[in-house]
Amino acid sequence: MNTLSSVKERLFNGIIKENPTFVMMLGMCPTLAVTTSCINGLGMGLTNTVVLAMSNIIISSLRKIIPDKVRVPAFIVIVASLVTVVQFLLQAYIPSLNDSLGIYIPLIVVNCIILGRAESYASKNPVIPSLFDGIGMGLGFTVGLGLLGAFREIIGYGTIFGYDFLTLINNLIDKISKSPSFNIEPIRIIGLAPGAFFVLAFLVAIQNKVKASKGKKSNDMDKCSGSCTSCKGGCVDE
Amino acid sequence: MSSLLKIALAAALVNNVVLSQFLGLCPFLGVSKKTKTAAGMGMAVIFVITISSALTSLVYNYILAPLDVTYLNTIVFILLIAALVQFVEMALKKFSPALYQALGVYLPLITTNCAVLGIALTNVQKEYGFLTSIVNGLFTAIGFTIAIVILAGIREKMEYNNIPKAFKGTPIVLITAGLMAIAFSGFAGLL
Repeated sequence: MNTLSSVKERLFNGIIKENPTFVMMLGMCPTLAVTTSCINGLGMGLTNTVVLAMSNIIISSLRKIIPDKVRVPAFIVIVASLVTVVQFLLQAYIPSLNDSLGIYIPLIVVNCIILGRAESYASKNPVIPSLFDGIGMGLGFTVGLGLLGAFREIIGYGTIFGYDFLTLINNLIDKISKSPSFNIEPIRIIGLAPGAFFVLAFLVAIQNKVKASKGKKSNDMDKCSGSCTSCKGGCVDE
Repeated sequence: MSSLLKIALAAALVNNVVLSQFLGLCPFLGVSKKTKTAAGMGMAVIFVITISSALTSLVYNYILAPLDVTYLNTIVFILLIAALVQFVEMALKKFSPALYQALGVYLPLITTNCAVLGIALTNVQKEYGFLTSIVNGLFTAIGFTIAIVILAGIREKMEYNNIPKAFKGTPIVLITAGLMAIAFSGFAGLL
């Protein structure tokens, strides 16, 4: 019973309380790069979940064997091997996803969520909670990427999962109003590279607003919260 | 020669590493408060990426490919880059203290920068040779430097602007980056 409650707690923690995309703002490079469509976001999120769950299991079971001084290189090698395996599986079974994610799959190695969880959770806790910590965090990341991808796909291209609902709506409007000149156009820029920056900017702004209303300090990436790996890859005291 | 020029232009401007490929976002947002530090970071990135492109290309073409173990590239590259950065740091400290003073703080931050690994992998994926890899690496890093210095310049000016409270800090920087990305997409006509 005790394990069950800790499993639930880990899953809740990963998906809601410490959601990597919306709350912790981790792994921003893939978040911006692959969320051009909902399916890409979900694919990236699930790939990360698999790697995260497996790396947490391995690192947690080896936590007493890996010497403390070389733990980060050891983690990187473990994660890199897993990413290579996963990349092969994707190439074999879901080649379309592999093509659309491209270079961002091997770059999972330097994703700070994975090394961050290895460092802060899996290297200190038993196997079962670590596994569910990985699954929870991964699913939280998947939800975040899926939502952002869906948003950008709907606004930027007028489709969802590749299904063109905008033409449908436009046809409907034409039928009702009988004036064929009126059409809803997608805001293409949201689907392109600049749109990724804009969407993330508004996301952080909303987060700041929520935090301000709760009386917490606002999120500031200059304080090293938004870097690529192990969350220390981008800050210098100026 | 013209193909090298094309690769250089594409790497530096058209497919700008931060603004269109989203690699190396962390230093881009984190070290862009002042033009001076931004330029320092840019120089360090140019230095490391050029050397690492050369090294990874050599290792890939002369060790991994003949042994038929190219699938190990991700693991080998990340270890190579980590070791390389450590080595560069030690060598600079010993042989060129002035340069170490200028770049030293930034070097450890680059180890785990996704741009470095990203470019090494792109070079392999596009089957670039040794020279092409170096050109691609060098100009990608120059593109990074251009972007981060421009952003730092804008941020220095923005200090005095009246920004809505929720947008202070990271959000306005991201909006600026988005506008820069729109401007840079204009370079697509160059090729």
